Amino acid sequence: MVSVPPAPATNGDVLVSVDNLVVRYGDLTAVNGVSFTARRGEILALLGPNGAGKTSTVETLEGYRRPASGTVRVCGLDPIADHTDVVARIGVMLQGGGIHNQMRVAEVLHLFAAYYPDPLDPVALAARVGLDHRMRSSWRSLSGGEQQRLSLALAVIGRPEVVFLDEPTAGVDPAGRVTVRQLISELGNEGVCVVLTTHDLADAEKIADRVVLIDHGEVLADGTIDELTRATRSSFTFTLDSIGSLSTPLDVAEIANAVGAAVTDEGQGRFRVEAAPEPAVVAALTAWLAERNQGLGDLHAGRRSLEDVFLELTGDPEETTS
Amino acid sequence: MRPWWAQTVSELRLTLRNGEQLLVGIIIPLLVLVFFSLVAIVPLPAGATQRIDIVAPGVLALAVMSSAMVSLGIGTGFERQYGVLKRLGATPLGRGRWLAAKVACVLVLIGLQMLVLVPVALLLGWNPTGSIWLLAPALLAGAAAFAGIGLLMAGTLRGTLTLALANGLYLVFLLLGGMVFPLDQLPTVVADIARLLPPAALTGAVGDATGSSGAPGGAVAWVVLVGWAVGAPAVAAWRFRWE
Repeated sequence: MVSVPPAPATNGDVLVSVDNLVVRYGDLTAVNGVSFTARRGEILALLGPNGAGKTSTVETLEGYRRPASGTVRVCGLDPIADHTDVVARIGVMLQGGGIHNQMRVAEVLHLFAAYYPDPLDPVALAARVGLDHRMRSSWRSLSGGEQQRLSLALAVIGRPEVVFLDEPTAGVDPAGRVTVRQLISELGNEGVCVVLTTHDLADAEKIADRVVLIDHGEVLADGTIDELTRATRSSFTFTLDSIGSLSTPLDVAEIANAVGAAVTDEGQGRFRVEAAPEPAVVAALTAWLAERNQGLGDLHAGRRSLEDVFLELTGDPEETTS
Repeated sequence: MRPWWAQTVSELRLTLRNGEQLLVGIIIPLLVLVFFSLVAIVPLPAGATQRIDIVAPGVLALAVMSSAMVSLGIGTGFERQYGVLKRLGATPLGRGRWLAAKVACVLVLIGLQMLVLVPVALLLGWNPTGSIWLLAPALLAGAAAFAGIGLLMAGTLRGTLTLALANGLYLVFLLLGGMVFPLDQLPTVVADIARLLPPAALTGAVGDATGSSGAPGGAVAWVVLVGWAVGAPAVAAWRFRWE
């Protein structure tokens, strides 16, 4: 697990807490000791490959699964023992929707509105998710993206304090993704605590305040995008100016000696220095180049992308779909 | 009140929109009523004077079976398969109000069926003569028994399997329930077994209310009917799986 400094508790109270959660299906351990918290107004992404344990974690918070051990709390309540109180304060979006095939958009919005004491206006909500022109269409006739947007609308219609969204952008076209991400961001701004699962790095990078990286039922990293990408910035790359005096192949051992860190040739003229891009290290590199009158092509000391972090921590690029 | 009412209206709307359920609930009972009361296919049981007096009580029982077992079972089975029940579990509707809405929907459907079938039967010359006050308890007990069977299938089997089994049972129960073919026309062993099943018990109980029917009424029919009305929903509640 990557160690990052804890986020300052400026976002108010904790609405979701998961403490050492274990979920088992027979002999299979789907979730193995997961812990995290989410606060009011925070958008937290559970990021991980398929089968990582994300849905099992969220469904335990929703009251569908009983923990084998550990505790989960939503608004300070037990999702199973205090089910009636919990469902009044949460909104959920399940994978697969769970809406009657023949129900029309307007019908399902009005029906769900009737479940809650102070719901949002169904017509205004339909417009907000871009379905106002589809009010008379049945669930079955909606596209995948339209179904996801309707599911999202149903998750928020009861003015929940906490919203659980399981793969909210799965099967949504690029334009729909923008709408979905915008809506989720708005929820965070309105003070709703959003816990979403995704295997899409772009989702996590674009909308999450905080990312909990899960694989094989365990938390690999937990922090803001900023913290996660900074914490793993342990190397940098450079290329050489093509009109320099040095002939290739470059003697990497010689540079390594000069900068005091391992250097590897990544091919296509790119070299990686296995050290954080501290000023002293960069100065040593450029001094070495100056002695040989060799120009620098580029120097990439920027942060690593979330994808790099993800691949490094999960260690299996085959499982990801970014 | 509001969540339950909205759920009930929604359930009714979806049921009435469904053509197959209209077929099983109204069209088939109506065809059976008209055809078997006008065409002399099945011999009249001893003591009966006109066919409609035998067929009409059986068709009322058939109507209850179609709403409480076939419509409810198939509809709920697919709702379970498509995750509708799971999704409702995360709303404040709650299982109690969900079940109350299902019950209300079935009762309204049975009421609508009676509004269509009884006048047609009377037009065909039906002359009910029994203890007519027994009709409502008989229909209610039948509805509970068949709803228990329908929900047991819906809560334990895949939607498509529930669909096949409910329709299959509908046909078997139509033949074994004294609804069209009087029970005394069946081989004795078959008739004895049939008397222990809910369709014949319901037909017999309705017959007690209307004067005659194709299945024997009396204590045996009522005990069997009430037994199923209590037992089937209890087993359904015990075995029902929400996802």
